[in-house]
Amino acid sequence: MIELKNIKKSFNGRMILNDINLTINDGDILAIVGPSGAGKTTLLRALAGLGDIDSGEILLDGQQFDPRNSDLKNNVIGVVFQDYNLFPNLTVWENVTLAPKMVLKMTKQELETRIKPILTHLQLAGKDDLYPFELSGGMKQRVAIARALAMQPRVLAYDEPTSALDPSMRTEVANLLLELKKDGVTQIVVTHDIELANSIADKVFTVNALS
Amino acid sequence: MQYIQTVLPSLLAGALVTLKVFCLTIIGALPIGILVGLGLKSEFKLVRWILNGYVWLMRGTPLLLQLIFVFYGLPLINITFDRLDAALFAFILNYAAYFAEIFRGGFQAIPMGQYEAAKVLRLNPWQTQRKVILPQVIKNVIPPIGNEVINLIKDSSLVYVIGIGDLLRAGNIDAARDVTLVPYILVGIIYLILTAVTTLGLRRLEKYYNYYR
Ligand SMILES: Nc1ncnc2c1ncn2[C@@H]1O[C@H](COP(=O)(O)OP(=O)(O)OP(=O)(O)O)[C@@H](O)[C@H]1O
Ligand SMILES: [Mg+2]
Repeated sequence: MIELKNIKKSFNGRMILNDINLTINDGDILAIVGPSGAGKTTLLRALAGLGDIDSGEILLDGQQFDPRNSDLKNNVIGVVFQDYNLFPNLTVWENVTLAPKMVLKMTKQELETRIKPILTHLQLAGKDDLYPFELSGGMKQRVAIARALAMQPRVLAYDEPTSALDPSMRTEVANLLLELKKDGVTQIVVTHDIELANSIADKVFTVNALS
Repeated sequence: MQYIQTVLPSLLAGALVTLKVFCLTIIGALPIGILVGLGLKSEFKLVRWILNGYVWLMRGTPLLLQLIFVFYGLPLINITFDRLDAALFAFILNYAAYFAEIFRGGFQAIPMGQYEAAKVLRLNPWQTQRKVILPQVIKNVIPPIGNEVINLIKDSSLVYVIGIGDLLRAGNIDAARDVTLVPYILVGIIYLILTAVTTLGLRRLEKYYNYYR
């Protein structure tokens, strides 16, 4: 369980997040919605350790943790970026295994037994040797998901998972997220798409634009 | 034809010296250029300030002056180099500055998202540079670095002024001794061959890096 308590954040004196309180239960999908510029991405980045907060606490199972700290015990949130940010110089396999190899120190054997199933599950079997430029948008997204999952995070967070894709892919994304939910993955989805949010989320949290 | 055969050995010996200056300069200047290029966008103001000053100085004054300064100037304050060391010292510092400017641009061209993706994957800064950033930077900078490398082949003839027996000096000696311009033509041809071969090598390198986009 992840809890956000009294999260506040302003940019240049302009309050963006004012006193956000939020709980994410294990195995749930939490959707974060709200108008453009409300601070959804800011919240997600704070959770991922990519931006700091002015005050407030982030708790994992009741224990405070600091997403900005690079210590492995803070390896809690995996991120699927809006435009995926795959490493263009690395193949699918290298993208997904780089961090498990270098950070988690997985052996070749472990990579085979733990990462291969993730790729297969995301319908990426046989795509190991392709480079990101050779992939469709949907495939890139699944590689980004595989890459995040390979680090065994407690929560997988997406920023606008449908925005970079063809609108016809919307249901596909929804099904993918529900599929992962079935596997027990806890997910946070930032989206403009209220309909998508309502159709997949256990809880919808609205970030309001502050004037 | 006979004449060409008699001067060729001395010209080739000169070309070897030219190649030596060329190779050692590249080997020294590339890593320094990368480090300075990284330092140019350091968060420490003093570091940026010093490195910018260095780049400005090296690019704003003639290489010929730098070369003369190191070999003839520094001994006046009791810092002496032998000829080749003086040449390499000046060339490496000069070319590292040009390379640094190119690498700075190369680093800047990498989207923030690449660093952020690496960060959330918990890669440390060194791993991020080595596996993610540098390979992309290198691909981007091959064409501009290549231009400088070609320039270096020609610039290396400047070592003439501090009495190093490079290709140009070898040609000049032969021409003066035999009162003929054939050695100069041969020197020109050898430079052309050197630049052509280097250009070809650079093309292949560029092509190799086309395995991704
Ligand atoms: N690094 C920053 N410096 C200054 N202002 C920022 C910074 N990052 C975001 N902002 C501002 O904070 C506000 C919230 O931005 P954020 O990207 O979180 O909104 P969002 O809800 O994700 O919007 P969208 O739906 O358009 O993606 C915006 O007004 C934005 O201009
Ligand atoms: Mg956003």
